[in-house]
Amino acid sequence: MYSSFPVLSLITFLPVIGMIIVLALPKTRGTLVKSITILITGLQVVLALIILGGYDYSLAGINDASSFQFIEKFRWINISGFSWIGQIKIDYFLGIDGLSVPMVLLTAIITFIAAISSWNIDKSVKGYFALFLLLDTGMMGVFVALDFFLFYIFWELMLLPMYFLIGIWGGPRKEYAAIKFFLYTLLGSVFILLVMIGLYFSTYETLADGTKVFTFNMLAMMDSANYTAGGILSPLNPSNLRFIAYIALFVGFAIKIPMFPFHTWLPDAHVEAPTAISVILAGVLLKMGTYGILRVSYPIFPEITRDLIWYIALFGMINIIYGALCAMAQKDFKKLIAYSSVSHMGFVMLGMASLNTLGISGAILQMFNHGTITAMLFLIVGVVYDRTHTRGIDDFGGLATQMPVYTGFTTVAFFAAIGLPGLSGFISEAFVFLGAFGSDLIRVITIISTLGILLGAGYMLWTLQRVFLGGLKEKWSGLKDLNFREYAMFIPLTVIIIFLGVYPSAMLDLMSSSVNAMVKFMNDAQIFYSSVGGF
Amino acid sequence: MNFQSLINSLQYIKPEIVIAVVIVLVVTTDLIMGKNKSLLPWISIAGLIVASFFVIEQFSFKAVSSNANGSIGMITADPFGAFFKIIVIVSSIIIVFFSLSSNEIKEAFERHGEYYTLIFGMILGMFFMISSADLILIYLSIELLSLSSYILAGFTKHSLRNSEASLKYIIYGGASSGIMLFGISIIYGLTGTTNLYLLNSFFHLPQFGGFIFWLACILIFAGIGFKISAAPFHFWTPDVYEGAPITITAYLSIASKAAGFALLIRFIKVTFIDSVDASGYWQLLNLIDWKSFLILISILTMTLGNFAALWQSNMKRLLAYSSIAHAGYLLLGLAVLSDQGLIAILIYFAIYAFMNLGAFFVVMIIANKIGSEEIDDYKGLGYSMPFLSFSIAVFLISLTGIPPTAGFIAKLYLFIALVDAKMIAVAVIALLNTVVSLYYYIKVLKNMYLVRPEKEMPAVLVSPAAFAMLIVLLVPIFLFGIYFTPLVNLAKSSIGLMGF
Repeated sequence: MYSSFPVLSLITFLPVIGMIIVLALPKTRGTLVKSITILITGLQVVLALIILGGYDYSLAGINDASSFQFIEKFRWINISGFSWIGQIKIDYFLGIDGLSVPMVLLTAIITFIAAISSWNIDKSVKGYFALFLLLDTGMMGVFVALDFFLFYIFWELMLLPMYFLIGIWGGPRKEYAAIKFFLYTLLGSVFILLVMIGLYFSTYETLADGTKVFTFNMLAMMDSANYTAGGILSPLNPSNLRFIAYIALFVGFAIKIPMFPFHTWLPDAHVEAPTAISVILAGVLLKMGTYGILRVSYPIFPEITRDLIWYIALFGMINIIYGALCAMAQKDFKKLIAYSSVSHMGFVMLGMASLNTLGISGAILQMFNHGTITAMLFLIVGVVYDRTHTRGIDDFGGLATQMPVYTGFTTVAFFAAIGLPGLSGFISEAFVFLGAFGSDLIRVITIISTLGILLGAGYMLWTLQRVFLGGLKEKWSGLKDLNFREYAMFIPLTVIIIFLGVYPSAMLDLMSSSVNAMVKFMNDAQIFYSSVGGF
Repeated sequence: MNFQSLINSLQYIKPEIVIAVVIVLVVTTDLIMGKNKSLLPWISIAGLIVASFFVIEQFSFKAVSSNANGSIGMITADPFGAFFKIIVIVSSIIIVFFSLSSNEIKEAFERHGEYYTLIFGMILGMFFMISSADLILIYLSIELLSLSSYILAGFTKHSLRNSEASLKYIIYGGASSGIMLFGISIIYGLTGTTNLYLLNSFFHLPQFGGFIFWLACILIFAGIGFKISAAPFHFWTPDVYEGAPITITAYLSIASKAAGFALLIRFIKVTFIDSVDASGYWQLLNLIDWKSFLILISILTMTLGNFAALWQSNMKRLLAYSSIAHAGYLLLGLAVLSDQGLIAILIYFAIYAFMNLGAFFVVMIIANKIGSEEIDDYKGLGYSMPFLSFSIAVFLISLTGIPPTAGFIAKLYLFIALVDAKMIAVAVIALLNTVVSLYYYIKVLKNMYLVRPEKEMPAVLVSPAAFAMLIVLLVPIFLFGIYFTPLVNLAKSSIGLMGF
């Protein structure tokens, strides 16, 4: 479905317009800069809702270009030539399906809330919000791009803003954390780049006049009919490197998730980043890893995905258990939440590994829910850190008596993270486990992974007890409860968490046809690739 | 050769003639005008623009011989050469503008005549290097370039490090051109000719090969490798780059390197080619395994450059090592031995010229303002010199190769060529090198933005001329990063070497 109005371009590049306005303003107009950023991100939420309103639930997408929605496609780079030399055609190709709609929504909501929570930034305000908006464009672009080249540009576009946002506005060890983040992700993305070029030389796209050209179009890469005979990543080539490429691509995405053992950048980055950036990091950035795997690795390499399912589930399990154990050992409130992210992203991987409708729906739902819940958890840490300038869990105690409303919101978020029925986290975790348990191959892993829930409940409740219950320390008797701005951040997230806990179909229906198509595609592709042989 | 054909053949060296005329003009103007040197840069720029018209004309020359009577002469005029000449001209024009705002050069005001004369001496040498098809002319042009640049490297006589740079450059340069000459003499002894095209037809004969032949080729490569600062002939680079006036450093890192690469490509392709297949791959004669040799040299060069750069604390030294690393990437493009790789080199060079000149330009302006090139002194510059810091950030990011800057496109085309040639392992090494390079480029950004200055520094304004110059250098970085069609088309139409 082509769109008559370029709503996806608008939602992607709206922040760039905002960035230009922000940069044009004089340094002294800090409040105006903040207001404009909130306005722009608010408009993004409106656009996301418009997209949601116009979204046709019955269309699947995944590998079928015609059933993507709000498509915008035109030739961006067109270098003609002989077939062998330098002929490059790159499309500006945007479109969304059931896989990306939840992510677009999530990105819009989380950046809006992060923009509100950035209100207390007072150092180089212009620079902060300009980079913030640029980051926003990069994230949104990743979720709507369907051309691999474009996808990669957006993927890399976020690196620099993120580096500076952590590095300039971060905590005491900000330089270390920022460079670690940058090096890890750049290392991951050079692998993605290499696979991208390899795939480019292995896939043809047939133009309207019948000529065949190499293509960066992801959807063309998913169709086995488009592969060249001799391409290094073509299944038709008996000595292809698809397995190695898959691993390289997977590592590139896994660094972003972050999957054990590539997770070590995450606690550092989270602890040092300012609250709003932690929110974005946990809320949106981590999802790009899992989204990338679902959008790129799965449909382009279905046969290898099949072979490696057990390992993906295994790493998911390690993430769940290891993340939870690490979280339990933390004394720093923010680091604890960071490790709980590692644990919760493990559920996404486990769900993806099931390769059935329940599991993949659960994984995508978990991506959305984790985005909202963890964003809220980081905001919670931010609130208390703003007031007390400490994050040591043992420094607190009995905050419930002093800040009852804050404690109320915290309880909702904590219980959602634990997976209490009635809150959104429960639904997605249940789906993930149901799906994963349904897959014979990874059943044992699933059973072990359920330990994660127990551990999760353990560290969450323990933290709740240490921070909020018990006697109030004397020095915290002056703490004030939430102000208006903080209400504005917490209420929407709480509403979403409760709403999706009670009525998850709102999100599940959105993705069901796409997930079904994906599962079917993975199964059908398996048959095709096994008949080609040579693996 | 009769007189008429001599006159006819002059049309192929029109740009060189223009440059020679400019040298004379600069010298005479300098004499006539006495103390007033302000005209010299403008004469230089005018001369370069005139030369560029004749160079652009050469883009349309397809497979013409320099010699009107049909035999093959010493000079070729072809689109490939024209592309590199354009790079030399553009970087020369930019360098002239650099010189106008360089404190180092301004201080030696009374010797501006020498300065511009020697720069044009370099340009003439480079033009001949780019188009020569004869080992004798290759040697002479390298010497012309070298002698001019030795003096320029030590141009500001009173500075100790200038003299050191100049002396080191002379010693290394002298040794390497001697080595090269030895290689040329062996080749001449074996074949009796110095013309590359004739050599190529000789080499088709079965009796060539063996250790002596191999040695001769390696010796010639050493001479050229010195110019492009390929490891292990790179030792002069950091010292000379650090010591020379920064305008000359920037010039050496672009123009002289471009000429060296043009020469190397022409030498290898013309002398050793057997055939070019339908996919654009060069089938070389089975005399020397150039592919493995070049891969080895390029990996050595880029790895050494990148790792050595990690420890640098001086901006000019850092950029020197970074330029060694980039020479490694460029050599990798040649190691593919295909037209695709050649396109990648041309694109890389065009983009590299802008980003490297830009980086050196900002270093120079900052040095003018704060009197230091040490990275530690860059602390907090992001807040006192926002525009300069933003510019150098863009140039360094582009040198790293991160989208949406043009540096990414340069790297992309290189990797496309590598993957197309199925050189995956090499591509992986080069990519990991890119990640290493991020660390030292970002170190500069870290000092500028992440570290707050200890004391509040007053905001520093950029002069309008420098501002305009930076805009000129920044625009292509962003433009080619997002829309690179014109650049690629230009590169594709410029791969024609004479005879192919």
